[in-house]
Amino acid sequence: MLSVKHLIDTYSLTADDITQILDTAASFEEVNNRAIKKVPALRGRTIVNLFLEPSTRTKSSFELAEKRLSADSLSMGGSTSSVVKGESLADTIQTIDAMNVDMFICRARLAGTPQKITENTDAIVINAGDGKHQHPTQAMLDLYTIRKNFGHLDDLKVAIVGDLAHSRVCGSLAPALKTMGADVTLVGPPTFQVDDPDWFGCPQTSSLDEVIEDMDVVYMLRVQLERMEGAAIPSRREYNRLYGLDMRRVKRMKDDAIICHPGPMNRGMEINADVADCARSRILDQVNAGVLTRMAEMYLLLGGENNGVSA
Amino acid sequence: MAFLLKSAHVVDPQLGLDDIRDVLIEGKEIKAVEKGIECGEDMEVIDCSGKYLVPGLVDMHVHFRDPGFEYKETMETGARAATHGGFTDVATMPNTDPVIDTGTGVRYQIDRAHAANLCHVRPIGSLTRGQKGEALAEIGDMVMEGACAFSDDGHGVQSAGMMRTCMDYVSQFDRVAIAHCEDESLTVHGVINEGRASTRLGMFGWPALGEEMEIYRDIELCRLTGCPLHIAHISTAKGLELVKAAKAEGLPVTCEVTPHHLFLNEEDISSVYDTNLKMNPPLRLKSDMEALVEGVIDGSIDCVVTDHAPHAQHEKDCEWEIAFFGTIGLETSLPLMLNNLVRTGKMSWSRLVEVMAVRPREVLRLRPVRIEVSSRADLTLIDPASEVTVDADYFESLSKNSAFLGQTLVGVATDVFVDGRHTLKDGIVA
Amino acid sequence: MEQLAPKATIMDGQAMERAVVRIAHEIIEHNEGAANIALVGIIRRGETLARQLAQAIEKIEGSSPKIGSLDISFYRDDVTRNIAPVLHSTNIPFKIDDAHIVLVDDVLYTGRTVRSALNALMDYGRPRTVQLAVMVDRGHRELPIRADYVGKNVPSSHEEDVRVCVKPLDGHDAVEIWDVKKQEIAGGTR
Repeated sequence: MLSVKHLIDTYSLTADDITQILDTAASFEEVNNRAIKKVPALRGRTIVNLFLEPSTRTKSSFELAEKRLSADSLSMGGSTSSVVKGESLADTIQTIDAMNVDMFICRARLAGTPQKITENTDAIVINAGDGKHQHPTQAMLDLYTIRKNFGHLDDLKVAIVGDLAHSRVCGSLAPALKTMGADVTLVGPPTFQVDDPDWFGCPQTSSLDEVIEDMDVVYMLRVQLERMEGAAIPSRREYNRLYGLDMRRVKRMKDDAIICHPGPMNRGMEINADVADCARSRILDQVNAGVLTRMAEMYLLLGGENNGVSA
Repeated sequence: MAFLLKSAHVVDPQLGLDDIRDVLIEGKEIKAVEKGIECGEDMEVIDCSGKYLVPGLVDMHVHFRDPGFEYKETMETGARAATHGGFTDVATMPNTDPVIDTGTGVRYQIDRAHAANLCHVRPIGSLTRGQKGEALAEIGDMVMEGACAFSDDGHGVQSAGMMRTCMDYVSQFDRVAIAHCEDESLTVHGVINEGRASTRLGMFGWPALGEEMEIYRDIELCRLTGCPLHIAHISTAKGLELVKAAKAEGLPVTCEVTPHHLFLNEEDISSVYDTNLKMNPPLRLKSDMEALVEGVIDGSIDCVVTDHAPHAQHEKDCEWEIAFFGTIGLETSLPLMLNNLVRTGKMSWSRLVEVMAVRPREVLRLRPVRIEVSSRADLTLIDPASEVTVDADYFESLSKNSAFLGQTLVGVATDVFVDGRHTLKDGIVA
Repeated sequence: MEQLAPKATIMDGQAMERAVVRIAHEIIEHNEGAANIALVGIIRRGETLARQLAQAIEKIEGSSPKIGSLDISFYRDDVTRNIAPVLHSTNIPFKIDDAHIVLVDDVLYTGRTVRSALNALMDYGRPRTVQLAVMVDRGHRELPIRADYVGKNVPSSHEEDVRVCVKPLDGHDAVEIWDVKKQEIAGGTR
């Protein structure tokens, strides 16, 4: 059992919670590797995927995880979203809630949306990314990938590189890594740095070259072109030269160091194509871990409800 | 009709008065202030023992959404809220629809307020036409119709050149320019204080510098133009230092602070994202809050105002980033000041009267109200021991978006007299 | 905390060993040898018993049958009440299509565990037959399920807990009856 009812952010999770999620995910590896990739664990449970912001990867990962747990799911959002038609979030949620659902998976453009959902339903809520705030299921899949590679998380040195200020990935990964005893360094141009790195308890630097040799994990963030609004960086070319992960930098990394990226990648900007496909890259492992950890999160959170049948 | 207020503890720092008196009101004026007035015929006697009688309170920064947004607040509901909160005067900001940028607009608000027949409403006109920051509003016309001050509150005048023109022009009238200090090129999408809070909650920050730079700019424009300047809703320690320095130089600069910046800070914003705590300027650091409290006590802050900003439920019951800015404040301002500063002994009754009644009248160039014979009978009677629970039912305001919902406060106005009329009677609005 | 004792010990280590040997003989007889069978123990105690059975069969037949383990956590019909604190992965290192499978568990009670195990098994393939071996059958079935091989029938009441202890997990081999209420007071879960 997790110590939280909902999965909204990572700083509410204890080390125990995170370990439980990762261990449970590991036991789903076997399910995902067999011919029939499905267990009846959440049979008859209804899960609503409310994607108020477009998403392909996270949404398909959740949908697969739901199917493999035998849950019934309904996906809403994008152009079908009534929120677009001017209905308030509370009305949308109360309407869906009236149909008696067990869980909401929510992706939203605005910070705090998953929290608002919890105020309008008794169902369990998983945050699939809210604005610049949090993306806890991404953090769990990252931790799973890193732990699987090294066998542990404590004392690993992790650099999170790129558009830190606009990144919910950084916002949820950095605290989760800290909880598990890893050493996190934030790297990005000053115009992309977080307002208060002390909140994460992480040093922040603008020089990737100064820290890259010490790192066990180099985690490249996607530059959110659609979020940049103004001119925070002069050009793709300059960003690639200063902060992009190219083979020259990769060669300076520790022998067993790995590279992660949450996707989708801007090849040639934050990461070069040959780097994305090199032996150090764990990017496809991350995608696989996404299904496993999301299965684990749904299983553990929905399992906590006490309205089941007798033994 | 005459009222005899028996055994009130009268506090009026203008007269150095802080003692028990009987006060007789006849018509629109105070007829007598003495120890022991005989009860005559046709007098309604009000026992004021244990209560404080002060010059009528003034809130010189409120938003009554009339005309244009009457679903949030009208002149009448706003006046009811003001009366319930113990105020005899309010100054209304011009960011209505249409903006109050002509004498006609000023006259409309005054007439509507007369119809409500509760408190005095003193319209503040806009500095620029439509508050667009592009061309001068008809400031002289508005002065002649009764505008008490000028402001582009809500945005601030973005261009320094335009602000200079505004202040130059205003300087010919005996009126202040009220500056909403926000450099929008720095605050851009900001919805919460930049720093720990913006990082923790994952939203664009509204940096303190966005306010402080404009305070500095407008103080220098005050020096240049000679136009009296009043800094609206100051929210940072640094901003207050700038004002103190300007005052020390003898510049005609004053400033105000809101109860929410005095009693709340960014740490009060939890991961619940309570949108009633979304303000402009945003709730700042605890250290800022403490510096502002110090400023109110030591006299460097002139006025306490509420920035009463009513919003309908659907404008607040939504995600933080799209929620409207502001909190209502008229009905909690006095209880908060009494509960948090006067009861705790941090602040004297005289100082309370200065920041809530005396100084606002001076800044707005209103006739002073003193508790002496032949002064206008605009008075507030306060029960310092009465308890109020701040819930939705407590409010007369049409909107309920209070940052202080759920609090229990001790000390509240029980009676208000405006021009000798009994507008609040034992806590009930007439 | 006070060390609580079982209400009664039904079988000791020797009795359990004799039961294992007897069941091994029955399995061999029923399947005309052990060449075509595979043992699948239900995690956790069924897994240990399956290993003991395999050893007994090896002693008799000279070769060990294939052996696997099955975690049924994701197949339970009471997930909402019981999340296992630690999950153990299923490990079936052989094809079960067309195999003769002997499911092994410690206690047969309501039959729901076996039902879950059957469902789980079917997701790995299509066995030719599935048989069931248990150390204890305590009755009170809620589903139409019966065991093919039983170590001992133990009539019990709902207020009792019948525990099969095995050395690798519990330090000793035994079948014990515990009082459910006392067990709860002691906070004991296994």
